[in-house]
Amino acid sequence: MMNLTRLNSVGEALRDAMVPFKSNVALIEANRDRENGRWSYRELRTEAERVTALLQDKGFEPGDRCAVLMGNQSKWIFSGMGALWAGATLVPLDYKLKASEQMALLDHAKARVLVTEWPIWRKLKEEDSKALAQTRVLVTEAPKDADLGAAERWEATPDGTFTYQERSRDDVACLVYSSGTGGTPKGCMLTHANYLSQAEELARLFPMEEDDKYFSILPTNHAIDFMCGFIVPLLMGASVVHQRTLRPQFLRSTMKKYEISHIAVVPMILKAFERAIREKLDELDGWKKSMLDGLVSINELATQRQPNHAVSRLLLRQIHDSFGGNLRLIFCGGAFTDRSTAEFFYSLGLPVVIGYGLTEAGTVLTVNDLKPFRGDTVGKPLDGVDLDLRNANEDGIGEVWVRSNTIMKGYLDEPELTAETIVDGWLRTGDLGSVDAAGHLKLVGRAKNMIVTEGGKNIYPEDIESAFDALDGCEEYCVFAANYIWPTGQLTDEQLMIVVRPTNGDLDGLVDQIRDLNRNLVDFKRLSSVVVWPEDFPRTASMKVKRNQLAQTMGEELKRDNALMVL
Amino acid sequence: MSSGTVQKLMELAGTRFSVPVSDLKPSDDFFQTLGIDSIQALELLSDVEMEFDVEIPDYELEGVVTFDALAEQIERRR
Repeated sequence: MMNLTRLNSVGEALRDAMVPFKSNVALIEANRDRENGRWSYRELRTEAERVTALLQDKGFEPGDRCAVLMGNQSKWIFSGMGALWAGATLVPLDYKLKASEQMALLDHAKARVLVTEWPIWRKLKEEDSKALAQTRVLVTEAPKDADLGAAERWEATPDGTFTYQERSRDDVACLVYSSGTGGTPKGCMLTHANYLSQAEELARLFPMEEDDKYFSILPTNHAIDFMCGFIVPLLMGASVVHQRTLRPQFLRSTMKKYEISHIAVVPMILKAFERAIREKLDELDGWKKSMLDGLVSINELATQRQPNHAVSRLLLRQIHDSFGGNLRLIFCGGAFTDRSTAEFFYSLGLPVVIGYGLTEAGTVLTVNDLKPFRGDTVGKPLDGVDLDLRNANEDGIGEVWVRSNTIMKGYLDEPELTAETIVDGWLRTGDLGSVDAAGHLKLVGRAKNMIVTEGGKNIYPEDIESAFDALDGCEEYCVFAANYIWPTGQLTDEQLMIVVRPTNGDLDGLVDQIRDLNRNLVDFKRLSSVVVWPEDFPRTASMKVKRNQLAQTMGEELKRDNALMVL
Repeated sequence: MSSGTVQKLMELAGTRFSVPVSDLKPSDDFFQTLGIDSIQALELLSDVEMEFDVEIPDYELEGVVTFDALAEQIERRR
């Protein structure tokens, strides 16, 4: 069993792992059906040390921040590991955000160094670059004749050698943004102790063997991939396979080619896999379909208590072979996982591990340990996690509060927000749930005004309001999560809506404007509907909209189905 | 931009997601008009790459939401 309690930092743990596993394959990078490269642990160490030296060339000090803004690829790992060895606080940023949003977060993080890819840098350069005046930018894979502006090439040979820098458990390992690209940036400061504690517990529950292969398709800035596709497999001597595209057919071909054993997905990807399997099953003619149904029933019986990969593969070889034949665990998180989807996969002998976590608390707080599998809950609290339901109603539903070694130090530069969020060591999650007799947590809604998309993105309505500043013919407006106003008791079909108080009668013109402005938002931040509210919005003395009061009044006076006008 | 490219694109989308092509316009936001998520959009793009014999990296598609913008990307690659 992995014991990380004696170690001081994530960098130290990764550094230790490079020695015993030096000959193992650490990373493989696939690009469609090609292989870009593969690196042993020894080669990974060399690459990471080169990045450490490159950072230290220009005076990078322990505690300085190094932002990594890249897609899904091996250079993310080289850079992240190299930065940790230089004593950096890593700032993993989402490459799917707009350049202006990325720039706002870089500005907030005051990163000393940014490591990014050429296509991303090309877009960032077009933004106001003042925010990066104090930041050294290292760009990967820029074409020979590219105009890098003030940036440098990541591939440059460092002038000096590297020096490994120690960190302590209480130092901040990562600054992770949970939201705030339009409103108040919420930079979660997660310590080395937070990550080491989480890694140890996940490795205990879901150990990996040295010949296991984790398929990394979520971006590494995503909390799940950062833990399950970077730290844990590399601490256990396993291999990580990156794939530069999310095209479903290449995901499947890569899984086959490399005989992937573990993968982490968000519900949207899991559903895409489900669609593909169902399409194949629908093509089966009568007797083949009946035979398969029979085999599925036998498999369900055989795996009632816990998964049994060997039996499931024997019974349902064709389905397993379409995923490479070696797939043993699918981690699914980041957003609500549909029970029927999880149960569908389990019935085929492909266990889906459902967990629940928040950026503010590392990767997961509760997880289904598969003994037995359950698709109707988000599992039991991990060892070391205390869970409490506050203000529970007669049905036992209350706000989930948690206490654990994985909870962040606080939000960067936001002491008040931190004090509101962490009370006497307890993290208020803002999620509503109940705990059943077996100790499993069931989530039923949110006590806060936000949504989580199927792609695992947290969206706070306040963050996207500024996108509608140009609205003409509207006295005032406000963006809400529809389920916050009209709770459904479920975490499905979460959508954003805009409440408007039109100036005059031209509602059609106003809706057209909203549609146009909506298009400027990235797809996962778009509004789904409009609600017209004819009365003045309640406001504070400082003229801020009293959101809670407006939401409550609307919830009482309007019926959801009548009020929502689909965009 | 060639109107043939955008027309072919809408035909591919209509076929994959069972939507009559006559309901689609070049300026439509395909996420909303087709009611698809980003993974389904990538499935459509695989059809597109096959049909037009081009390869468009995922990052080139960030922010591309309309049929005509996608057609522009295809033509740039041809």
